[in-house]
Amino acid sequence: MSNMNELANLVKELEEQLVTCIRCGMCQSVCPLFEQTRKESDVARGKLALLTGLMDNIFSDPDGVDERLNRCLLCGSCAANCPSGVNVLEIFIKARAILSEYKGLSPAKQIIFKKMLANPGTFDTLVAWAGKFQGLFTKPDKNAQGTSCARLVSPLLSDRHFLPLASTPFHREIPDQGLRKSGKKMNAAIFTGCLIDKVFPNIARASIKVLDHHGVGVTIPSGQGCCGIPALASGDRETFTRLVDHNLALFEKEKFDVLVTACATCTSTIKKLWPAVYKNPDSGIKQRLEALSRKTMDINQFLVDRVAPELGDAQGSRAGETVTYHDPCHLKKSLGVAAQPRQLIRAAGLNLVEMAGSDKCCGMGGSFNVYHYDLSASIGKLKQQNIADTGCTTLSTGCPACMMQISDMLAKAGTNIRVRHPVELYAETI
Amino acid sequence: MIDPSIVTRFNEILGQENVLTQKEDMLTYSYDAAVLDAQMPAAVVIPGSTEEIGEIVKICHEHRLALTVRGAGTNLSGGTIPEVGGIVLSTGRLNRIIEINEADMYAVVQPGVVTAELAAAVEAKGLFYPPDPGSQAVSTIGGNVAENAGGLRGLKYGVTKDYVMGLRFFDARGNYVKTGSRTVKCATGYNITGLMVGSEGTLGVLDEITLKLIPAPQARKSMVAVYNTIEKASETVAAIIAARIVPATLEILDNFTIRAVEDFSGAGLPVDAAALLLIEVDGHPAVVEEEGEKVEALCKKLGAASVNVARTDEERDKIWAARRSALSALAKLKPTLVLEDATVPRSRIPDMVRALQEIAAKYKIDIGTFGHAGDGNLHPTILTDKRNTAEFHRVEAAIEEIFDKALAMGGTLSGEHGTGLAKAPFLEKEAGYSSILFSRQLRKALDPDNILNPGKITGVSETPSN
Repeated sequence: MSNMNELANLVKELEEQLVTCIRCGMCQSVCPLFEQTRKESDVARGKLALLTGLMDNIFSDPDGVDERLNRCLLCGSCAANCPSGVNVLEIFIKARAILSEYKGLSPAKQIIFKKMLANPGTFDTLVAWAGKFQGLFTKPDKNAQGTSCARLVSPLLSDRHFLPLASTPFHREIPDQGLRKSGKKMNAAIFTGCLIDKVFPNIARASIKVLDHHGVGVTIPSGQGCCGIPALASGDRETFTRLVDHNLALFEKEKFDVLVTACATCTSTIKKLWPAVYKNPDSGIKQRLEALSRKTMDINQFLVDRVAPELGDAQGSRAGETVTYHDPCHLKKSLGVAAQPRQLIRAAGLNLVEMAGSDKCCGMGGSFNVYHYDLSASIGKLKQQNIADTGCTTLSTGCPACMMQISDMLAKAGTNIRVRHPVELYAETI
Repeated sequence: MIDPSIVTRFNEILGQENVLTQKEDMLTYSYDAAVLDAQMPAAVVIPGSTEEIGEIVKICHEHRLALTVRGAGTNLSGGTIPEVGGIVLSTGRLNRIIEINEADMYAVVQPGVVTAELAAAVEAKGLFYPPDPGSQAVSTIGGNVAENAGGLRGLKYGVTKDYVMGLRFFDARGNYVKTGSRTVKCATGYNITGLMVGSEGTLGVLDEITLKLIPAPQARKSMVAVYNTIEKASETVAAIIAARIVPATLEILDNFTIRAVEDFSGAGLPVDAAALLLIEVDGHPAVVEEEGEKVEALCKKLGAASVNVARTDEERDKIWAARRSALSALAKLKPTLVLEDATVPRSRIPDMVRALQEIAAKYKIDIGTFGHAGDGNLHPTILTDKRNTAEFHRVEAAIEEIFDKALAMGGTLSGEHGTGLAKAPFLEKEAGYSSILFSRQLRKALDPDNILNPGKITGVSETPSN
């Protein structure tokens, strides 16, 4: 740990990206964390300055920078609002990787990422067991969100209201060799994603139903692994790269026109981070990752732009139900998808009401929620308030992670608002 | 290094979470938006009340510690770069709008209130706080007052100093001073309020600010005029003012900036145009109608290739979105961006625009020029890479020449960014030695230990340069 020169040299990899920050501070106005803490090290400009400091070798150990760098939701609001177009997310993710590789991962993360997540089969088995036994430790809240909370005081769960694991994960519903149905229009492969597979199988079922309805063929190869973002966000580029290899090989065996996902986070990871952050890529694999990236699409966008552009509003046909839509950061800020999920909700005959700050981060941020739950919850509370202010009966959003966070917040506030993916709402009508 | 006993006292007053001393945190308070070297403070304190500000100032006074107040740190003149080993007072928690008085049309705020948030709160009551610095989404009122910030509406509505009715602040000895009033007129005592505005934290630490509000204009009309020479555009600016019309906003974009904006936003700007004027008139609907037509006719008369008047709010928003993205668009071209704000009497705008083009050619550097042509405040924006030392030396020489040209035309070094560290070495050129001496004596009398934001404004040579 003593050789900070070595670390400074590693950070130099980021120099060309770091120098583009002009320190204007515009990131402050959109940073959900800065709104809570007002501390310069919590906003992008401060973190970029810290990385420049590491590069200039001004610190005696990397822990202080590492700790501050990890206080970030990776929501990308700063990047979307940056006058200079600094690619903040990519810089932070690469910096986390550089620091983790330099310092070594914590033992807990070693087990979680390298032993569990990196081996999709083991991960599936462990989660399946957990799903069977979760009732021993948790009790259902019996609310509109369907959350549970801990039976005993648990430091791991604190006072969270979390969505329980599905009794049967989605991948158990499809044949061993995977699902393949060819369609009249075109063929889509589905990347399921961990949360949809293990917590929200209904979103996967709804996706298949909707694609079927519109004559799109569906391919779901079995044995899919995680998209890698949890490992990557913790700086474990190795596990991430292993997962990318695994998934790439799996999907390259299939024939399809588009790879769709119903998870905003998976889509943005596959489209942007797979080609950008893969460890030591040779040009061959880079091309293959870029080819897959070009084929990858959010399911809302795919349905509205490519499958059924004629999809009309069926507004008001489901009287009494009003929906408000939360823009997941990974959809709107990273991929620019905002109109299509709304169109899908209106096509489902639902009355869409906009909340204030619909594209403000909900505070989930993946592992941020684990390590900084208090901050995560205070950011989430603002979201919950904006949702409640619309008087809606349903909250819809295109990201399962946001759905978990918002369910927790709505359950805590004791509201009757249910939480659904736009694809679920649309599937209910066909 | 700071004496640990001082940190202990800060901790007792503010609570440990509001006192930062780790090197990592110090680094993040060592810079602002100016292209200047960072300087590491010894501690950052984040007070939440008047009493706490007072205690901090007293401790700094007692120990002769340099004290730099920082709002959002967006200023472009280095006004919030601290003294090495000094204290930074962050106004992050002082962000309460204390009162918006609709009957008497004023607002009382704490210094850490974000400008755009105040503007929105005021607008919700049908009132108007006109100063709109480019960084208003982030910048704080305290910083705006300290730097006397301007904005796009300066031409008709003035700048921050025209809206500050009264202040409460701590002087360098920690005494609490009240200036101005909540009345429109106030003739008692020295005009200390006026002295404090633009004093960049060198005379006191602001605690409460009373701001004048005005009725919101009832109607607006925006238009874009396209020119094939920049001379014609700048002559139009002078002609509009000469015709006794004062638009709310009158902005110019040169060809370099137009192309950058178009590349960046695809807003449909004419990339072949040598210059664009973006104009908005506002006020009573009948007046807006009449002035709008007159301005349109003037633009055409002075050689505009076309004039497009916004017919809907959407079209209006598009015009201003294009203007607001100018800085972003330029910022994307090169790693370092030096945004200057040399200002000339408005009749000299054509001369200044020409001078900037010559300077860019002479020093072989890229300068995008846009800005508030209507009030003479241009933003020549130099694009460079600070790591390219040879080029950066040329940039520094070019900046000095820009200053010289502006002063020769009867202008000023800064229309709205302030003196700070960046322009302190040049101030004598503009004001002369005796006025620096006057400022320095004033400062010395009020702050004998030189603790308040040292090095800013008057902080350079002790003797006349000639």
